[in-house]
Amino acid sequence: MPANPISSVNDFVIRFANVNGSGSASANELFARSILRMGIPVSPRNIFPSNIQGLPTWYEVRVTEAGYLGARGGVDMMVAMNPQTWDKDIASIEPGGYLFYDSTKPMPASKFREDITVLGVPLTAITNSTYTDPRQRQLFKNIIYLGALSAMLDMDAKAIEALIGEQYKGKEKLLSSNVHALHLGRDWALSNLKVPIGLRVQKADKVGDRIFVEGNSAAALGAVYGGATVCAWYPITPSSSLAEAFTNHCKRLRHDAETKKAKYAIVQGEDELASIGIVVGAGWNGARAFTTTSGPGVSLMTEFIGLSYFAEIPAVIFNVQRAGPSTGMPTRTQQCDLISCAYASHGDTKHVLLFPEDPAEGFEMAAQCFDLAERLQTMIFLMLDLDIGMNHRLCRPFKWDESKAYDRGKVMTAEMLDDGRDFGRYLDVDGDGIPFRTYPGTHPTKGSFFTRGTSRDRYARYTEEGPAYQDNMQRLLRKFETAKDMVPRPLQANAAKQTKYGVIYYGSTSPAMDEAIGMLEAHGHQLDRLRIRAFPFHSSVASFIANHDFVYVVEQNRDAQLRSMIVNENDIDPIRLVPILHYDGTPITARFIAKAIGDHQDQLKVTPLRKVVS
Amino acid sequence: MTYIAKPKFHHPGLPKNELGFTHRDYEGKVSTLCAGCGHDSITGAIIEACFQLSIEPHRVAKISGIGCSSKTPDYFLGNSHGFNTVHGRMPSVLTGANLANRDLIYLGVSGDGDSASIGFGQFAHSIRRGVNMTYIVENNGVYGLTKGQFSATADRGSKSKRGVVNSDSSIDLAAIALQLGASFVARSFSGDKTQLVPLIEAAIRHRGAAFIDVISPCVAFNNHTGSTKSFDYVREHNEAVNRLDVITSRAPIQIEYKPGSVQMVEQHDGTTLALRKLDADYDVHDRLAAQGFLAKHTAKGQVVTGLLYVDPEAEDLHAHLNTVNTPLNSLGTEQLCPGSAALDKINASLR
Ligand SMILES: Cc1ncc(C[n+]2csc(CCOP(=O)(O)OP(=O)(O)O)c2C)c(N)n1
Ligand code: SF4
Ligand SMILES: [Mg+2]
Repeated sequence: MPANPISSVNDFVIRFANVNGSGSASANELFARSILRMGIPVSPRNIFPSNIQGLPTWYEVRVTEAGYLGARGGVDMMVAMNPQTWDKDIASIEPGGYLFYDSTKPMPASKFREDITVLGVPLTAITNSTYTDPRQRQLFKNIIYLGALSAMLDMDAKAIEALIGEQYKGKEKLLSSNVHALHLGRDWALSNLKVPIGLRVQKADKVGDRIFVEGNSAAALGAVYGGATVCAWYPITPSSSLAEAFTNHCKRLRHDAETKKAKYAIVQGEDELASIGIVVGAGWNGARAFTTTSGPGVSLMTEFIGLSYFAEIPAVIFNVQRAGPSTGMPTRTQQCDLISCAYASHGDTKHVLLFPEDPAEGFEMAAQCFDLAERLQTMIFLMLDLDIGMNHRLCRPFKWDESKAYDRGKVMTAEMLDDGRDFGRYLDVDGDGIPFRTYPGTHPTKGSFFTRGTSRDRYARYTEEGPAYQDNMQRLLRKFETAKDMVPRPLQANAAKQTKYGVIYYGSTSPAMDEAIGMLEAHGHQLDRLRIRAFPFHSSVASFIANHDFVYVVEQNRDAQLRSMIVNENDIDPIRLVPILHYDGTPITARFIAKAIGDHQDQLKVTPLRKVVS
Repeated sequence: MTYIAKPKFHHPGLPKNELGFTHRDYEGKVSTLCAGCGHDSITGAIIEACFQLSIEPHRVAKISGIGCSSKTPDYFLGNSHGFNTVHGRMPSVLTGANLANRDLIYLGVSGDGDSASIGFGQFAHSIRRGVNMTYIVENNGVYGLTKGQFSATADRGSKSKRGVVNSDSSIDLAAIALQLGASFVARSFSGDKTQLVPLIEAAIRHRGAAFIDVISPCVAFNNHTGSTKSFDYVREHNEAVNRLDVITSRAPIQIEYKPGSVQMVEQHDGTTLALRKLDADYDVHDRLAAQGFLAKHTAKGQVVTGLLYVDPEAEDLHAHLNTVNTPLNSLGTEQLCPGSAALDKINASLR
């Protein structure tokens, strides 16, 4: 028994170590949802290595009444259900933490630790004495451990029962047998263990009207709301579930009421080249189209990305980022494709990137991508990542402005052509760098043109003249300038006291950053915050940097990619931007950020600032 | 190559089709290809076929990859939108365009390098999917645009202009298209307009993936002795399985070759293909037999031309996906956005 068992209400991390395919996922999710129902925010994360034998998976739930949704780091309680990963799992428990294991088979004392509380429940024995069918045994064992856990953590059994009731609505038999299994475990724990333990869940009212959803599903829904009609994709973790979610959403929301026919077309391409080719073809022909992929897919798509840029074809890529490369760590999260997406392809190219922080923003930005693509007539990237995409996240509910119609951009119609409007496919008519386009098939004699990457003049006539090429390249730059004011603006939050220091961050780093700010303030470090939401950068990014002596740029990649882009695009002295980099494949934590920035701040106090700058 | 600009003036006496269009209305820019290039003859055949079918020129979308062949869409149907995409990727772009608007006619133009080498995968998969298109490969056995390297359709043993002998076995795109399930497969020769024009017409009329392999000699790099894609070689080794007429509601096309037995094939759109069979055994509805026939004659060094296979009941990708009849690109906010009431329900289900 440990000297100081951890004692905490509504603020701890519990990790389930499971074997893939054992049906644990739904029981674990049920656990997380029950806590939500008790009014306490949770932040769950799936951890699933792609290539270890026996396919261990972990599910981590951060219970956080304070609402910190980033990964915390450390494990207060381990539910160890996978003998294969036992040693590592036991080692990862914080001193004073708890271990819950299946005690059916006796374990030598050497397999445990002195400084943790061990809670053995003979799960297999209980299960086997109740059920004979192997499948039932497997499934109900999970519910039994959930029941035992509910007793240990002093959870409200009613909340779990209510959720089971919703899940098995209309299937009375399944419903009652699940509730029965729940109580088997709960009752055993209540009568055989000293429960509740130091970690407890207590009813609160901190969830509000928030929803609990995966980023990939949210972005897919955004694509439905944003009017995407063509989706072409090639399976790749962690983006596949986005295309699958789009398929499911479309099945429910996009069939014609009378004919039952589909108002969408989804094609699983033979590879990423075909997928993006289909998207570009559909965009050329006036449909809203997108593909879902991850870094290796983007690599394959780069030739087409350039075509979209030069031929000015609206297209959208949802990139759910993961650690590289193709044979790398497909199930690990990173923000590692910024540069490869921002400057993808050959020739001088630049692309618009959006950085959603969570599923709610993923939904909004996914929809917005299609307006931007058609307005700017170019490739738009939605930069998700595994952490947002494949985990349930608590976020504000989805909202849709009914009064808003899709922005189809500058499209010249047959009527406009008949009215004698001058049509030059690459003609900048009003200084924003964006030309008009015509859809194929618009008019019998006017408005047709032959689409090429470059080698044409403002009227799409073939030419290889240098000045015509440059003229076009300059217009594309003007268009990129126009984009700066169209993309989502950065959001700034100032410290309570005036400060010379700032921090820039983006995407899934958000919740960890919010939490880290509190930790830093507690240590007397004041920082103004700027969350960048898009590339190209709005002018407020440069002014934010200009207004601070030092700005930390927090990222989840090795090479400080966003920082490089800021330096590159704004001609900023790199010394003013201090990289804070986390790139081991796990989600960034508040602890990490607070320590890295805190250490740097402490160093600054040793070296007078003026010396560093000069 | 002709550099003289085409006169815009339309002679009042020019023959007109059903829609009142003349040949001129189906022409495009002046070709920049080498004089005598087979590709230009195919351009002529496409113009003729579209004229004969009385297609509204602007209702065609012309999509190509990269190569001399892929440049040609600029030289026909000047009032149609064209898209010179990237090397080997015409099929995917065409597929996407087709999904966006099912009401246009899709004409994919490609080369043998474009379709059999770099784009072999896209060629195969677009055909597997049954995209409603006419897919023409202008097959010269070389990379014309990059100056005469072998392509994957070059026959083993054939000699390049520089004297290099090709040691790789060759890909027969028509045979592969048959194997992949194309619902219309034909082969022809750029120099044989009488055969090629009705084949293109029939392919355009066909609903589904229609593939035509057109042997098209490259006069700059592949028209010498030792080449198996030269004019002389193909003329000598041509084995035509049938001759084809497309009968539209207008007067039937004049038949100028000797009639054999005639087989009528009803197309989806109500037009009829009249097949003048030259080979009594040849059945255009038998995919397996067509494969055998091709293999047998290829072994004999013969180039089989004509309509090799057609499935008049074919279904296209839109049918497989059960998409609405309205082109997807014309659906607006009202038809596509489920609205906030639906969103409230979704929110409620996520709590
Ligand atoms: C990705 C890429 N690789 C290489 C090229 C260079 N390239 C242009 S055309 C061509 C070959 C074209 O051959 P084919 O399709 O047979 O057309 P042809 O010129 O013979 O009509 C090549 C290799 C390119 N444009 N893009
Ligand atoms: S190089 Fe060959 S294929 Fe190209 S235009 Fe000349 S003849 Fe035609
Ligand atoms: Mg060629």
